[in-house]
Amino acid sequence: MKTFALAGNPNCGKTTLFNALTGSTAHVGNWPGVTVDKREGVYRGGEKPVKIVDLPGIYSLSPYTPEEVVSRNFILDGQPDGIINIVDATNLERNLYLTTQLLETDVPVVIALNMMDEVDKAGDRIDAQALEAALGVPVVPVSALKGKGIKQLMDRAAALPETRKGVTVLQDEFRSEIAAARAYYEKEGVSSPLFHAVKLLENDEIERERKGAKEAVAQLNADLEAEIADRRYGYISSNLASVKVSAKRQTLTKSDKIDRVLTHRIWSIPIFIVVLFAVFHLTFSENLFFLNGFTEGQGWMPTLEELGYGDGFGARLLACFYDGAVFSPGVMLTNLLNLVLDYIGGGVSALIGVCGGAAWVDSLVCDAILGGIFAVLGFLPQILFLFLGFSVMEDTGYMARIAFVLDRIFRRFGLSGRAFMPMIMGFGCSLPAMINTRTLSDENERTATIRVIPFFSCGAKLPILTAMAGGILAVFGVGNVDLITLSMYLAGIVIAVCAVLLMRNTTMRGEAPPFIMELPAYRLPAFKNVLLHLWDKAKHFVKKAFTIIFASTVIIWVLQSFSWRWEFLLQDAQQLFEADPVKWQSLAEIEGLVNVQTDKSILGSLGAFVQPLFTPLGFGAQLGKSFGWVFAVAAITGLVAKENVIATLGALAAVVAGAYIDWEADEVATAVAMIEGTGITIPAILAFIVFNMTTIPCFAACATAKAELPKGKFRWTLLFWVVTSYLSAAAIYTLGSWWWTLFIWLAVVGAAVALIALRNTGKFDILKIFKKRSKK
Amino acid sequence: MKKLLSEFTVGESGRIVAVTGEGRVRRRLFDMGVTPGATLIMRKKAPLGDPVEITIRGYELTLRKSEAACAEVEVL
Repeated sequence: MKTFALAGNPNCGKTTLFNALTGSTAHVGNWPGVTVDKREGVYRGGEKPVKIVDLPGIYSLSPYTPEEVVSRNFILDGQPDGIINIVDATNLERNLYLTTQLLETDVPVVIALNMMDEVDKAGDRIDAQALEAALGVPVVPVSALKGKGIKQLMDRAAALPETRKGVTVLQDEFRSEIAAARAYYEKEGVSSPLFHAVKLLENDEIERERKGAKEAVAQLNADLEAEIADRRYGYISSNLASVKVSAKRQTLTKSDKIDRVLTHRIWSIPIFIVVLFAVFHLTFSENLFFLNGFTEGQGWMPTLEELGYGDGFGARLLACFYDGAVFSPGVMLTNLLNLVLDYIGGGVSALIGVCGGAAWVDSLVCDAILGGIFAVLGFLPQILFLFLGFSVMEDTGYMARIAFVLDRIFRRFGLSGRAFMPMIMGFGCSLPAMINTRTLSDENERTATIRVIPFFSCGAKLPILTAMAGGILAVFGVGNVDLITLSMYLAGIVIAVCAVLLMRNTTMRGEAPPFIMELPAYRLPAFKNVLLHLWDKAKHFVKKAFTIIFASTVIIWVLQSFSWRWEFLLQDAQQLFEADPVKWQSLAEIEGLVNVQTDKSILGSLGAFVQPLFTPLGFGAQLGKSFGWVFAVAAITGLVAKENVIATLGALAAVVAGAYIDWEADEVATAVAMIEGTGITIPAILAFIVFNMTTIPCFAACATAKAELPKGKFRWTLLFWVVTSYLSAAAIYTLGSWWWTLFIWLAVVGAAVALIALRNTGKFDILKIFKKRSKK
Repeated sequence: MKKLLSEFTVGESGRIVAVTGEGRVRRRLFDMGVTPGATLIMRKKAPLGDPVEITIRGYELTLRKSEAACAEVEVL
């Protein structure tokens, strides 16, 4: 099967063309060694099927971004049978710059002149035949969006000759220089010698490192970089004169008018906040039209129960859309999916019952495995909805403007304006946020961003905040739930900022990455593209849910449900209730197995074992041997999914307070029982919240981080999370308990900052001094 | 009159005379069409004054002031 590479600038309609060519055959992977999407598919519209490899969007074949390196390597060493170079006809000048470089290789090229319909609409004309004559390769006008011209394009691609001799537009000016460099590559037996020769003259890093290359051009005027770039553009503009006939321009295009509003000096940021709010509101809100007022608990709309609906299927279905308030689309889809999953779970449970499976099998399969997988799958609609919102922002060109508006703020921390989006997505869910870091071009920036994304507290961590804040209010009678929750969110952001500053000044030093970026014209997104994109994400997510989540839930379940002597600890809720209705009245309505003796479990004793470690955080040794370990255990189960923290505390209440608490029914009661039972102090509770917010995120997020981080960085990232959460929680506990520790912390932080500053200015490097001593 | 692109005010236009800067930034500027001889218009500045947006070679390009300072431009 022949292989064609699809190459072109970003925002030129490459993805749309790829989708139009390959349809459902496409699959997404990674280029080896880098987190750049590699898309492949098969075109079946011609006589023979043709493999299409979608190269990342690039402006040039320079070796400075991973995208450019990947494309260059594939074109030169991947042995494609041809290149389909897609060119945005509305912006010929810059698009053809890449074409002039592609033509220097020996690979056959066909040019797809995209967006011709927009050129026509603007009243311009482009003579494709004149362009073909000037460039010497086939040029086919297409409209990727409408699917026009694709058959012709592929017919001409199929008819391309086997090989082509590279040509360059620089021949006239740099004839002797090119000949000298080319002679060297021809002697070396390299394919596409012309391409390499020109790159060498351009002072290209990769070429100069080749043995003997520098010497081959040593006698030449080495720095031709500027002249060559200028000559390429010069050639294009002089040729364009005969190819493109421009109609008289209006002074302001539509794009300019939109831009005037969206990047306005004063209004740009408020508009952006509104857009962002809308995306989150459509995804997460349980009160879409504010029919119930703007805050919770002042509703006048009746709930379904008040309307007299029972518990039947119809009522449950209706409750997916409305219950006292109209839900947002994201919540509706989540509810529908969870309803389906609920029935599946019920069905499996019934099946196990029919087959005579033991109660523990039911617990393992339904509560642990299905429960774990479903808990994660249940997030899928909202994750996809969040993705949808951000894909539309990206595809319309708005995201580039946001980066433009915010870059100044983010540069202070050594990041670019682009880093803002993934971070803010983190408030919804870390998974899409981490995947979205692919839009960042700099590897250090990407790593730093992925590491701090979990600090932007996600939806699943909210119950920890509200329950604990409610508990503080109920037990100690101080504070305000909203205020505590909000300040904990802010604490997460502050920790993230500090962590980024620290990383950029120590392990990831270096300039902020360059911010030289195209602001693409505003366009309506192609919905087929967006949907295919979502489908890819969904597939990845489901795969992860079924592998890593499966394994981790089983392990935690075993640790929680068995004692060291391998006794099974779960008990039937109804039997417990019947044996002691007064003590276990909370179990009256619960069916199946519950764990009311976690203290005897393996996990419980592990918790007791690590308990002293948490002493500086306020929930260690000072809580005493009997119940002090419960917070450690809750934090461990939180690794599966962060909702588990409060769920586990609810189950542990059976041990601590003698009453099983269903956390979903009353999360504050859960917190109250734990606070009263263990005697934990307010600073320690706050430390516990912060610890859970900033420590290792759920396993699903860990798996995503591992996939998105450069090789070898994941281990350090885990360590980073543990250390950050430990230090932050310790700071909060000690500062809250003893105000004078402020001076100790200030001294430590001051000393650390001073040492880092001295090291970075090169005046005093403590690491080097240590190394020298150990050598002696 | 010559000055650095970073010193341009909104609405001014000019022709690039020379491009300086460290290897990676310079290469990137060339690849995006910021080459000697190209004409440009300063379109706008971000709300906080930096980065800036220019029209060059028929499209909109944004770059930071520090990067714009690499381009020496003759005011037209």
